[in-house]
Amino acid sequence: MNRTGRDTRPAGNTASDGETRPLVLETPLIFEQAGPATTGVDLPDPPPGPPRLGPVAERASIGLPGLSEPEAMRHYTRLSQQNFAIDSTIYPLGSCTMKHNPRLNEAVARLPGFADVHPLQPEATVQGALAAIDALAGWLKDLTGMPAVAMTPGAGAHGELAGMMAIRTALADRGETDRTHVLVPESAHGTNPATAAALGFEVDRIPADARGRVDLAAFKARLGPDVAAIMLTNPNTCGLFEGEIIEIAAALHEAGGFFYCDGANFNAIVGRVRPGDLGIDAMHINLHKTFSTPHGGGGPGAGPVVLSDALAPYAPLPKVVAAGDGRFALAERAEGAHAKSFGRLKAFHGQMGMFTRALAYILSHGADGLHQAAGDAVLNANYLMARLSAVMTPSFDGPCMHEALFDDRFLKGSGVHTLDLAKALIDEGFHPMTMYFPLVVPGALLIEPTESEPKRTLDAFADALIGLVARAAAGEADAFAAAPRKTPRRRLDETTAARRPVLRWTPPAPTQEAAE
Amino acid sequence: MRYLPLDDADRAAMLATIGVETVDDLYRDVPAGAYLPRPLPDLPPHAGEMAVMRSLQRLADRSVPAGSRPFFCGAGCYRHHIPASVDYLIQRGEFLTSYTPYQPEVSQGTLQMLFEFQTQVALLTGMEVANASMYDGATAAAEAVLMAGRVTRRHRAVLAGNLHPHYRDTITTLAGFTGFNAVSADPRPDGREDLAGLIDGETAAVVVQTPDLFGNPHDLRALAEVAHQAGALLVAVVTEAVSLGLLTPPGAMGADIVVAEGQSIGNPMGFGGPHVGLFATQSRHVRQMPGRLCGETVDADGRRGFVLTLSTREQHIRREKATSNICTNSGLCALAFSIHLSLLGEAGLMRLARLNHARAAAAADRLAAVPGVAVVNDGFFNEFTLRLDRPAAAVVDRLADEGVIAGVPVSRLHPDRADLDHLLLVAVTETVEDEDIEALARGLAAAAA
Amino acid sequence: MTTLLFTRDHEWIRRDSADSTDGTIGITHYAQDQLGDIVFIELPEVGRAVVKGEEFAVIESVKAASEVYAPASGTIAAVNPALADSPALVNESAEADGWLIRLTLANPAELDGLFDADGYQAYLAELG
Repeated sequence: MNRTGRDTRPAGNTASDGETRPLVLETPLIFEQAGPATTGVDLPDPPPGPPRLGPVAERASIGLPGLSEPEAMRHYTRLSQQNFAIDSTIYPLGSCTMKHNPRLNEAVARLPGFADVHPLQPEATVQGALAAIDALAGWLKDLTGMPAVAMTPGAGAHGELAGMMAIRTALADRGETDRTHVLVPESAHGTNPATAAALGFEVDRIPADARGRVDLAAFKARLGPDVAAIMLTNPNTCGLFEGEIIEIAAALHEAGGFFYCDGANFNAIVGRVRPGDLGIDAMHINLHKTFSTPHGGGGPGAGPVVLSDALAPYAPLPKVVAAGDGRFALAERAEGAHAKSFGRLKAFHGQMGMFTRALAYILSHGADGLHQAAGDAVLNANYLMARLSAVMTPSFDGPCMHEALFDDRFLKGSGVHTLDLAKALIDEGFHPMTMYFPLVVPGALLIEPTESEPKRTLDAFADALIGLVARAAAGEADAFAAAPRKTPRRRLDETTAARRPVLRWTPPAPTQEAAE
Repeated sequence: MRYLPLDDADRAAMLATIGVETVDDLYRDVPAGAYLPRPLPDLPPHAGEMAVMRSLQRLADRSVPAGSRPFFCGAGCYRHHIPASVDYLIQRGEFLTSYTPYQPEVSQGTLQMLFEFQTQVALLTGMEVANASMYDGATAAAEAVLMAGRVTRRHRAVLAGNLHPHYRDTITTLAGFTGFNAVSADPRPDGREDLAGLIDGETAAVVVQTPDLFGNPHDLRALAEVAHQAGALLVAVVTEAVSLGLLTPPGAMGADIVVAEGQSIGNPMGFGGPHVGLFATQSRHVRQMPGRLCGETVDADGRRGFVLTLSTREQHIRREKATSNICTNSGLCALAFSIHLSLLGEAGLMRLARLNHARAAAAADRLAAVPGVAVVNDGFFNEFTLRLDRPAAAVVDRLADEGVIAGVPVSRLHPDRADLDHLLLVAVTETVEDEDIEALARGLAAAAA
Repeated sequence: MTTLLFTRDHEWIRRDSADSTDGTIGITHYAQDQLGDIVFIELPEVGRAVVKGEEFAVIESVKAASEVYAPASGTIAAVNPALADSPALVNESAEADGWLIRLTLANPAELDGLFDADGYQAYLAELG
């Protein structure tokens, strides 16, 4: 009984280092648990008969362990409990848009008419799947104000590759093969220069101005007949809207270049700004960011890329096309209207399972809900910016878009590094923000709360950070360097991991005695 | 709106803290005229869960699910039974709603799983190391060709004629943009193709699929020797991962890189995605390998733990010098693969593979008895090629109308090869029952009559 | 008498005398400190010709990868065999045991204009 209103938390409960605690349950590697004979799947006996494998011999053994079903449930449940997730805590990774993943989307993706359909079934038997792709494509075009969209790219970076391939193909088609340079702002995601370089472009960096935006004068000065494109993120990686974007687009088009927009941060503006109104030629959309398909511990994503009329003819195959009477077909060959396509990017028609999730999310929100969601995402970020600005140092004057950027000036002299602050935040029960990105800001801390967080969570997060900053100022650098202390593992030795990589389990070497 | 926790009182309080009047004020950097203060007109408003499910159920019902009738499609995507526990476990929120494990202290679940996945893939393919997965088998194959270019410092790839045409096209698209010359041999449905004549001293990669598009398993040892003598890497492609439960793996036949489509294990067909690309190679090439890698290390207390490692190869650090522009892997599909493979274990996988092979053998014998139908292959795993006495595409469409999804006509994949248009690819997995095979046999007999 | 010169990109080159065409090249103590724990070093093949300013090696730390540029043109005469197993040698002894390559210089005059030790220290002071 607790009628006195006393604190229900026992005093001195400092569960920490290495202590075995209930609900922090270890599980060995599957290879250390079981041998090759166990199985958790009952299958009928294969009928006897000689193998008919042609010239290839049957393999003798593989070395795979097996788990019975209860063992498997326990192993993976225990593993899952060692992860932070949006379902358990705010996950404010800047530039990653870790928003709520509705379970309706999971149910929709598993409808047999979407999930239990083969990509090469006769078209007449996959009309529902094709209609769903077309419906999502329609929404993406409407929300971006763009005339075309290529649905097949497998993730954001793949969409970026598709967009830049379309640009290179369009330039070649015009005979402008001298356009070999791509301009990339210093603050860009690493994928932008990686994509441009992968396609054989020279990457030229464009500096930022003191306001964290593209230096318009430097950009204009760099334009010329050798420029193929600019790759610009908007809102940019500093969480700021590029206010001069229309001028940038106009100057670029005047000089004959294409405008690739990295849509990683579309969540800030969806329903409130159509990129097509800003003069862009191509933009990928990370469905796992803006449209809430689950991040899944690192994929799968989906990266449809919207295209201008100038680029649409070069879009990758296959494409879903209307075939009249509400029916759809797949254009799989580079012929007719698709003769200029640059080709195929992936085995099949795109990340269907992500399309259906995104479509369920979009239909749930509708035009009004998306408008509100973007507004709430921006409101939440600005609220954290306002609450934290008293103790942390914002890199640029506000307002920000959907993420708030701070640098490490407020830690100067404390002996606490950005990394230490982030690790200490883990012990407070929060996932850290993005650190050391964008690279243009020293010791960057990029906080993206998304619209999914209630005000009280934002307040708790801000209170925790404010408390940590006070402790840093009070000279507790050693405690920060030792954080986190309450996690299943403490800081991991990444140097050893990289110097002598151990990338797989191997059976233990026989002991001397056993070997002899 | 059920996904948005803020209410108007919250919003008002927050705006006051920020010191602006409205949310619109926060968008003041957007050029005037480009900002939409109201929701886009002409688009539907928000909808409840019941209404959304109802409308999408209606869409889904316009497709014919494979499970609803006799079904024989393969060609790089296979229908296998997925244990219920797999789909439950991957939907645990801690797996489903976490991100790339950049904070290893709070991501050991995903990291340990990736370490186990990498080991499973290495064992299955017979290679030394594997990465944490790629988008799909075709993109993995394209990345393998680029990797061979980095290793050999050459820019020519030889593609087997029996490579899946979608894989060939994915490779040639990427190759064309990256200064690679990719040459393709002609398809040989009987599997008797000889690539040796195409391999020269400029060749970086020889790409060969086993079992190939037509279902023929290949002994790669002689080809590996020719490739190695020319200084090229042998890239083996496997589009049906279950076959690795029965066939000698490419790693034991001299392959330098093995890429595979892992969908067959743990993942639904899903109209072609998301799937999971497997990528494995020898340790000496690991720094040229694309994609994420998980490695073992110790924490500050000396306890074993796992981290993403060798990330200096990746785009977020190397930028324009990265090994690949890829940043995501196919994490959740890799998890499904790993769970299903753990449940199967060696014994279960081998049994599953034998069962597939036995079902296919029974089907091949039954269908070969249909007048006007011949089996092209000498050997196969769970998929073989039929030669019909008329174009296969029309037969497939007709049988679809009659309630049998008969397989993939080769003309769908090789539309320019009129000489192949009588060929039908038929995949027979453990999900196919005897009466399904009978239905297909009857349908083919009726179509030929 | 041994001469030791430094580049603005934080490489050093040591020769037995000012007119010697045999130079030993590495990165400076300052550079290794900036990189942090070095985990891997990609070295060139012996016999390869490089031109002044060309990238000849890549040094990877946990969080960064850095190209190393040739301070002069020439031919790679040797690479430090110890670095394959012990990249940390560059952290421990950047300007001695952690040398990267020996270069046969094509034109020693290309080294004119590099910093001497005092000049390099002054340059570092400028960098703050």
